[in-house]
Amino acid sequence: MSPTQHLLSAADLTRDTAIGLLDIAETMAGVNDREIKKLPTLRGKTVVNLFFEDSTRTRISFELAAKRLSADVINFAAKGSSVSKGESLKDTTQTLEAMGADVVVIRHPASGAAYTLANSGWINGAIVNAGDGTHEHPTQALLDAFTIRRRLHGAASVGKALDGVKVAIVGDILHSRVARSNLLLLNTLGAEVHLVAPPTLLPADSSGWQAQIHYNLDAMLNTVKPDAVMMLRVQLERMNAAFFPSEREYARVWGFNADRLRLLGERALLMHPGPMNRGLEISAAAADSPNSTVLEQVANGVSVRMAVLYNLLSGERSIENV
Amino acid sequence: MVARTVLTGDDIDRAVTRIAHEIIESNHGTENLVLLGIPTRGVALSNRIAEVIQRNEPNFLPAEAVGRLDITMYRDDLATNPTRAVTETIEPAQGIDDRVVVLVDDVLYSGRTIRAALDALSDLGRPKFVRLAVLVDRGHRELPIRADFVGKNLPTSREERIQVKLIEVDGENGVVIES
Repeated sequence: MSPTQHLLSAADLTRDTAIGLLDIAETMAGVNDREIKKLPTLRGKTVVNLFFEDSTRTRISFELAAKRLSADVINFAAKGSSVSKGESLKDTTQTLEAMGADVVVIRHPASGAAYTLANSGWINGAIVNAGDGTHEHPTQALLDAFTIRRRLHGAASVGKALDGVKVAIVGDILHSRVARSNLLLLNTLGAEVHLVAPPTLLPADSSGWQAQIHYNLDAMLNTVKPDAVMMLRVQLERMNAAFFPSEREYARVWGFNADRLRLLGERALLMHPGPMNRGLEISAAAADSPNSTVLEQVANGVSVRMAVLYNLLSGERSIENV
Repeated sequence: MVARTVLTGDDIDRAVTRIAHEIIESNHGTENLVLLGIPTRGVALSNRIAEVIQRNEPNFLPAEAVGRLDITMYRDDLATNPTRAVTETIEPAQGIDDRVVVLVDDVLYSGRTIRAALDALSDLGRPKFVRLAVLVDRGHRELPIRADFVGKNLPTSREERIQVKLIEVDGENGVVIES
């Protein structure tokens, strides 16, 4: 793999690079556990969070990650900025470049926005894709892989991949960038991916996707016996057509409730990238069960993003074999 | 390139034994003593020193008093050098607050590694004393840092390379100068 100075897609990560990043994240998790949660590593670097779409956990997670590495952080939300006066992405970016941004973390409603920025020549800094439309969200995939690896291997996680681990991704696959990035990274790490969704919420052509597709959640739980189940948020803001008859029916057929929790068994992980629609894709009983990793995912997100920033900003600024 | 062996495996063993005794002597025993090895070879050396100390002072428990300190994140050359692998930091069970911490590394050269180690240490806690033990001191310091326990002083030129080989890491023992 040729060194890249950006993190745009989970597909950019080779197996060795991905494992290397997860191992660095493991070290970062150690830092997040101690009393002085700060490293001087990125002193004098500037990280800009460029958010054209609402976000809570991803933005504060990147902000905290950058601050724990002693970088300066600028938060830019499109609302209340010159963008609402009609400034273009190009002008916004060039303004940030003129201010000396070393990393731009971008979230944008248009798929491919991060790629456009990285290949535009408008900016020299490294670009991190923090979610572009319905395309990708690579750091979410990294933190999910990290969470699975930690739950399965505990202290012996370092150096391990996810070979043979069965992961089911359930729900709104069609609109989910989390699902796309996870599919790519989980396959890279050797996991077996199952997609479970109503046909209306699957892409029209999924033949190129390296996954087994199921249309029945209970049947999948019974036959596959997954090690981890990833529930996706029903993206109400993207539901511009009749994808399912009613929310109540969706909750009954596709929601993770107490009955399905029993099918899951004690050791399996129940994951959700957040924010959760409680009572829709996940019931309160399931979300608060010991299987649930929702809060671990949030905590791990900081460690993983510290690893990504470290890798982009140290040395020859590249995600390469570590 | 000419390679010259300056310390054999036996020489290293003798130096490690002497350093261990010097540490016990200067500390008047092993009370509050903590060894922290700096990866990669400092960790192997700290384990060897701990073994000798324990042979002489059975009250010294390496499991509680020996750790490792990864300093990668504290280096001052991160922006210019290729990305380095980060390894684990293991704090000894008894912690480092109010302890006598002996940092262990293989070669003392510019002093920048030790500067980084001191910064890393201050983020972990507040030791009573910090001492430095190295197998080889090759001179050419760039910072006001010196070692308390030295295996061998080796005057070198900057063009020469020193390679410390330890069986735990490299499969053989010896110190070689390449010029």
